[in-house]
Amino acid sequence: MSIWEYANPVKFIRTTDRLLPGVSMAAVLCLVTGLVWGYFFTPDDYRQGATVKIIYLHVPAALMAINAWIMMLVTSLIWIIRRHHVSALAARAAAPVGATFTVIALATGALWGQPMWGTWWAWDPRLTSFLILFLFYLGYMALWSAIENDDTAADLTSILCLVGSVFALLSRYAVLFWNQGLHQGASLSMDKEENVADVFWYPLLVCIAGFVLLFVALVFLRTQTEIRARRSRALLAREGRT
Amino acid sequence: MMPDLGKYAFAVLASYGVSLALIVVLVALSIRRARRVRAELEKIEERVKRHG
Repeated sequence: MSIWEYANPVKFIRTTDRLLPGVSMAAVLCLVTGLVWGYFFTPDDYRQGATVKIIYLHVPAALMAINAWIMMLVTSLIWIIRRHHVSALAARAAAPVGATFTVIALATGALWGQPMWGTWWAWDPRLTSFLILFLFYLGYMALWSAIENDDTAADLTSILCLVGSVFALLSRYAVLFWNQGLHQGASLSMDKEENVADVFWYPLLVCIAGFVLLFVALVFLRTQTEIRARRSRALLAREGRT
Repeated sequence: MMPDLGKYAFAVLASYGVSLALIVVLVALSIRRARRVRAELEKIEERVKRHG
């Protein structure tokens, strides 16, 4: 069996219909468990105090804001190279989810930054590249809505996605090569010395799993919707011609 | 049971409030649109089938 079989809209809808209830339930379970664990059963940090509880929302949201764009990049490339409609529609479906995660990351970052850095916002490399990524999300969604022909919209949004990927990668790696920023290094690291303490790490891991599963569930549902909407437009166009 | 958030109560509660509200709105809108589009397609397919 090949992965390209899922480029068939009927096969995609049938498969995701089967997976959606399980993925959705796992997402709710992980999110509730992780957030309740993190909020109620973890101690305050010796430096950040209770604001450390924001990490359970901020880190997974920021991680998925970038990963959503990377997923859109992959599906856009598939569209450009192989012209599979489902992949272009999956990229379209993922954009509002990624944009929402970006807003969550920006909002929780500002709420954390005010008491910790003494400011809601700073033109720091990571923060700025994240803001630009959010603007790319808005531009991407606006471009899809602005163009009537689905294939032309998919072509142009795919190119926009390729350009925006620079900022998605910049958001992830800005802290590594710009030393003058306010934003601290990555909270997650394979290096045990650098990584957050285990007491915060385990609930954070559950929250990250919850955000990933939520993203997958929403992309499945929204891609199905985009496939159906495209079929409706095609049928209406055919009706109009006859 | 309830953690004492002290002087950071606003930052923490606002973060949870804003994030959960955004997630709930996103999920609700996605489900609502999915249902609407599905019903529309069924109606169109039914019409197309009737009229050949």
